[in-house]
Amino acid sequence: MRKRTGIEVSIAAAEAVGSANVDVIAAYPITPQTHIVEHLSELVNNGELDAQFIPVESEHSAMSVCCGSSAAGARTFTCTSSQGLALMNEIVFIAATLRLPIVMILANRSLSGPLSIWNDHTDVMSIRDCGWIQVFAETGQEVYDHVMFAFKVAENPKVSLPVILNMDGFILTHVIEPIEFWEPEQVSGYLPTFKPVNALDPDRPTTVGAFGLPGIFTEAKKAQDMALIESKPEIIKAWEELGQVTGRHYRPVETHLAEGAETVFLTMGSIGQTVAMAVETLRERGEAVGLVKLRLWRPFPFEELRRAVGGAKRIIVIDRAISYGGTGGPVASEIRAAFYGEENMPVVTNFLCGLAGRDVTPDDYIAMYQQTRRMVAGRVRQEDYVIYGVRE
Amino acid sequence: MKSEEALSWKDLEVGCVVSQPGNASQYRTGDWRSMRPVVHRDHCIRCGVCYIFCPDMAIRKTDEGYFEADLYYCKGCGICAQECITGCISMVPEEE
Ligand code: SF4
Ligand code: SF4
Repeated sequence: MRKRTGIEVSIAAAEAVGSANVDVIAAYPITPQTHIVEHLSELVNNGELDAQFIPVESEHSAMSVCCGSSAAGARTFTCTSSQGLALMNEIVFIAATLRLPIVMILANRSLSGPLSIWNDHTDVMSIRDCGWIQVFAETGQEVYDHVMFAFKVAENPKVSLPVILNMDGFILTHVIEPIEFWEPEQVSGYLPTFKPVNALDPDRPTTVGAFGLPGIFTEAKKAQDMALIESKPEIIKAWEELGQVTGRHYRPVETHLAEGAETVFLTMGSIGQTVAMAVETLRERGEAVGLVKLRLWRPFPFEELRRAVGGAKRIIVIDRAISYGGTGGPVASEIRAAFYGEENMPVVTNFLCGLAGRDVTPDDYIAMYQQTRRMVAGRVRQEDYVIYGVRE
Repeated sequence: MKSEEALSWKDLEVGCVVSQPGNASQYRTGDWRSMRPVVHRDHCIRCGVCYIFCPDMAIRKTDEGYFEADLYYCKGCGICAQECITGCISMVPEEE
């Protein structure tokens, strides 16, 4: 294994963006994303990175600039969190329809209100249907590797879609972790030069962002849906190639001690590490428990998920966001849909926890497992969910 | 190029870009019309004010120097009738 360097994950993420030879960065600082953008601006200012850093006046402008620069054929990066994402919202959706391969790191933070700067997934869930490829990282190393991966997938001419790389705010952004950096030749071997499918070109004038009348809008949406669905094999290929470069193997759905498990936890993002500790303890106690981690959120990996869950009878879905007045957690409703009508459909219990940075320990997950055992003795309906640890 | 009705989702260009400049001219805005401008030539002084004011450039000059609406594009907004110097344009409901 190559040398690993202890470094704040945000700085490592910015270094990865620099190593990926980005052309344009347009971003507005917001907690907890700030260090990523600050470090990129330093790299450009010090002449270490030959790129345009465009300090915009808002996130709405950041994403607008990104659309322009990506359409012009520049490798483009931005980064935001929570309210920043909310402010750029309308352009986020447009970027996907225009098939612009922008890469965005989303340092996940809860969406106000009440006002909070801490970590959960309410920001990313607010744009679940924005049409971007959406992946989650569990560790700093995964964030670093996935910056390269995100550019490779986004710019693949068979894909040509923007990518959101989710990293938990503070839990990942502000932590110091030993990270193995890629050598320049590894980057250049993995990440080819960006050749846009459509680039603004005076010799071949095009209209980008045209009006879509009722007679064509449905076809445009179908084309966009198919583009996202058909990106999955290319995503998997990009992970396989990444494995050849780094020896680290990523998949749409990953497991830990899931073999023969009767109950599996299902997580996204950094909490997978804490749940893994709980699962290990439960296994030592002889409980048939495993962990399934969803790395790819969009396009949703239905087959891979069903395969990973295997014959488990119960799934405990951990959600970090609320769908008010609905099915509880957005992840759980997706998981239930994935298994609905399947033979031996597992029972899904849904725990909402870790909202706005509230700590959830391995013991808490063990308690959720025990609560699930009690719940499944009765009848669990599709819409049941538990807001874990709430003071009654 | 295929007409809009004949296009399948597979025919669309990546990112819905329009690679044929000026193809908005194929769009029949005349469908929107409920009133049609009719010029009474006996009072028309052929000044061309209607031509200048039409927001859609849907008015053409005829060989005799009169001006008339191209009903493929005319939306029936009535601006030409409002602006006509001599008041010789009347807006007539489409069903008549
Ligand atoms: S009715 Fe309106 S669109 Fe039609 S010719 Fe007159 S000004 Fe132009
Ligand atoms: S504005 Fe009236 S008078 Fe002038 S050219 Fe048009 S129809 Fe004739």
